[in-house]
Amino acid sequence: MKSAVVVFPGSNRERDMLYALELITGVKPHAVWHTERELPDVDLVVLPGGFSYGDYLRTGAIAARGNIMPAVAKAADKGVRVLGVCNGFQILCEAGLLPGVLMRNAGLKFVCRHVKLEVANADTDFTRKYTRGQIWNCPVAHGDGNYFTDDETLARLEGEGRVGLRYAAGTNPNGSLNDIAGILNERGNVFGLMPHPENMIEPLNGATDGRALFESVLEAVA
Amino acid sequence: MKARIKVTLKNGVLDPQGKAIEGALGALGFSGVESVRQGKYIEVELAEKDRAKAAAAIDEMCKKLLANTVIENYAVELDEK
Repeated sequence: MKSAVVVFPGSNRERDMLYALELITGVKPHAVWHTERELPDVDLVVLPGGFSYGDYLRTGAIAARGNIMPAVAKAADKGVRVLGVCNGFQILCEAGLLPGVLMRNAGLKFVCRHVKLEVANADTDFTRKYTRGQIWNCPVAHGDGNYFTDDETLARLEGEGRVGLRYAAGTNPNGSLNDIAGILNERGNVFGLMPHPENMIEPLNGATDGRALFESVLEAVA
Repeated sequence: MKARIKVTLKNGVLDPQGKAIEGALGALGFSGVESVRQGKYIEVELAEKDRAKAAAAIDEMCKKLLANTVIENYAVELDEK
């Protein structure tokens, strides 16, 4: 599987993502600087975590209007898988590739710890190597992970099985609506999540539960 | 032309920062504070002299970048310098 990681000024998890992708796919991913206007021919585009543009204006707001983003939208439109992690999820929402917005954590604190994630839908390109209802540990590190959208969109996301991951009952770290940790676009090829599966991929991380997310995409594009 | 833009959270959208400010005002002994909502204030200087054109440009800027209309409202005042 060929992949690319888009790097913005203020991205800081791109190296973890590049490392994870190479480890799991066996192919060295491309790192694409945000000023580029075209993406290499790949099966997966990843927007990594970080604090692009210092979170100025709103998290992800400035990066979402960057030069590379029309190419990301075009790739998504062609069916290429697009994954946004943490700041990448915020950017996808700001760019309109996913609905809703990530707001300041309800507790106002930056949350950096492990959470329990529950697989809400295991029938997606990003979760098919998990089982529905499976609970796994994953780190989060964010100040703005509080997913919000209007009632109508929320009902659609739930009704169409587009909530891929939730924080397990009673462990919501940020006040996110319906404990949402990760959502899909309508077509199912764009996925955004706040937790960091790329930091849960080898025994040194304590567990390898994040691997299945990347292996799901690997299987989906095979 | 100068545009003064106020970006505020829509009604019903939780504002944890506003709540924290509200709590701090209470802790300082200010009584009678019924609620606090926090927003943003942005000033944009425009070369455009035509008021209608300036208003249209600012509206576009608000929709495309300055506000996220999923959660925010915006209000614009235009001042001729």
